[in-house]
Amino acid sequence: MNAHERIGAAISAAHARGEPAVVAYLTAGFPSRERFQSDLRRIAAAADVIEIGVPFTDPMADGMTIQRSSRIALEQGVSLRWILEELAALAPALETPLLLMSYLNPLLAFGLEPLARAAERAAVAGLIVPDLPFDEGETLHETLAARGLALVQMVTPVTPEERLERICARSQGFLYAVTATGTTGRTVSVPAEVTDYLDRVRRRARIPVCAGFGIRSREQLERLRGHVDGVVVGSALVEVLERGEDPAEWLQTLRGRAGF
Amino acid sequence: MSVNATEVLAELAAGRLPDARGRFGPFGGRYVPETLIPALERLEAGVREHLRAPSFQEELSAQLTSWVGRPTALTFAARLSAEWGARIWLKREDLAHTGAHKINNALGQALLARRLGAQRIVAETGAGQHGVASAAACARLGLPCIVYMGAIDMERQAPNVGRMRLLGAEVVPVTAGDRTLRAAIDEALRDWVSDPLGTYYLLGSAVGPHPYPYLVRELQAVIGREARAQFLKVAGRLPEAVMACVGGGSNAIGMFHPFVSDPGVEIIGVEAGGTGSTLGGNAATLSYGQPGVLHGTYSMLLQDRDGQIQETHSVSAGLDYPGVGPEHALLARIGRVRYESASDTEALDAVRALCRYEGILPALESAHALAGAKRWAAAHPDGTLIVCLSGRGDKDMPTFQQTLLAEHA
Repeated sequence: MNAHERIGAAISAAHARGEPAVVAYLTAGFPSRERFQSDLRRIAAAADVIEIGVPFTDPMADGMTIQRSSRIALEQGVSLRWILEELAALAPALETPLLLMSYLNPLLAFGLEPLARAAERAAVAGLIVPDLPFDEGETLHETLAARGLALVQMVTPVTPEERLERICARSQGFLYAVTATGTTGRTVSVPAEVTDYLDRVRRRARIPVCAGFGIRSREQLERLRGHVDGVVVGSALVEVLERGEDPAEWLQTLRGRAGF
Repeated sequence: MSVNATEVLAELAAGRLPDARGRFGPFGGRYVPETLIPALERLEAGVREHLRAPSFQEELSAQLTSWVGRPTALTFAARLSAEWGARIWLKREDLAHTGAHKINNALGQALLARRLGAQRIVAETGAGQHGVASAAACARLGLPCIVYMGAIDMERQAPNVGRMRLLGAEVVPVTAGDRTLRAAIDEALRDWVSDPLGTYYLLGSAVGPHPYPYLVRELQAVIGREARAQFLKVAGRLPEAVMACVGGGSNAIGMFHPFVSDPGVEIIGVEAGGTGSTLGGNAATLSYGQPGVLHGTYSMLLQDRDGQIQETHSVSAGLDYPGVGPEHALLARIGRVRYESASDTEALDAVRALCRYEGILPALESAHALAGAKRWAAAHPDGTLIVCLSGRGDKDMPTFQQTLLAEHA
């Protein structure tokens, strides 16, 4: 199984147990560089896929929480190079598939070919690049694909049908369905039009569909059950780390596994 | 990617740049969250349908004449020329309504937004000139206007904050990021992402994702077209050089574009040299930057080796930006335009000179172009030069109080 197939398999395995898979996001090196590896392990114990945020100075798709965590990580000198070195040094390696979520510019500065090489060495399964729409992403897609790495694509409620079709054909690992227009971190309700939209995406997609942006509660998860294969939790989990609470415990509560 | 200068110039002259993918050679493109793609595609379709349509051009032209006060004058700066050398002409965008070239773009885009059925307009502003222009154009057309402005800029351009509010705009302070123009663009983009179909993002410079660099250039090219025709009329030939300041680069691309195919005309852009060449001490992107992606476009950027965007410094808020329009990046790459920089001190000296010799208080941004003109004039004592005087300096009074007027404090 190559790297991008491992992502889909992890999501499908959780889904087969009758619950949405959980893709957990953390900003690398937040709240501190020293805790990065141990936070990763704790989150890995409670999540099906981990999305590691590469901090960037201008995170235009992100709300206040991830802007804040990114700034603090940058102030501590966190860089893509450091993240890849930390991941390569993880021993024993994590079984939970890892994704890097990064804005495009740090990737360009690293160089796409060196990035694909280093990502493979660090056992990263793929990338999510929020400011790289799929029509601009051909070079990165091909560079990653040559090493079996996924480039996860996003769709949104305003994506037209014909474009949705093309994105579904291209996405690997899973399809990231943004639940609402707007930035990350705001609580979104899950009205019928959201579940209708997710159903529409899921009918098109040939890989698992995960809903993200604004997922914070058990209630939302219940509402989404049957409409998605998984959910992405980002800002809410960053806030848990910010409050100094245990991320694994919070994730288990979110999944309805009380008393873990 | 290597680019052939002759081919690129031919493409530019034929109006084939940007190409269908919004590229100026290797630069440009559309690097935005997926949520904004349908809005940009709709905008692109709207630009295609309306911008060159006779009914739109008539409407725009009537407003430019009766409300903006175009054409703006081309003024021969006799005493300044005698002092600095050369024969220096000023293209007087400071005389346009609201006091800067920004109104050309704001009005054009607001008219377009109305045709596209926008419910509300958001804009970002650095020096406040684009914010004021947007607020005025929206008031004129009856559209609600929200302006994002960095908290630092609100302080140093306080008079413009009051003007925007009087003109009916809501001014939202941006306290995130570097609290200047760059953070204001981030925040305006976040607003737009929240309502991509009902909101029109009125971007103020020739930057951002396709089609903005093209749209802004087309709306600002009126500067260069007028200047070229005015100069031909009074001098019977073209000038030897044209010059403009470059932040994002909208007044410059408007000035330069109509001259790009005139091989005898030297074109010079002047960036903000700030306090010097150290990282963070200036905003001279084309002098010190590397290629990269910011705010939706692939262009030159002031960034560190990890691809993090650098804080910039300039005495002038309107030039205090770590990126530059993709068309400028191309013009620099092929060597058609020479980009240099002027320091804070040179710009302030130029403000003093223009006040003293011509009775004109220029904006600090425009003063960078004047500082470049001073150097050019010294090297070409018999040359003829048009400088784009992009705006007037009333808005910079708080800075002048602390610098040029400090001795009177």
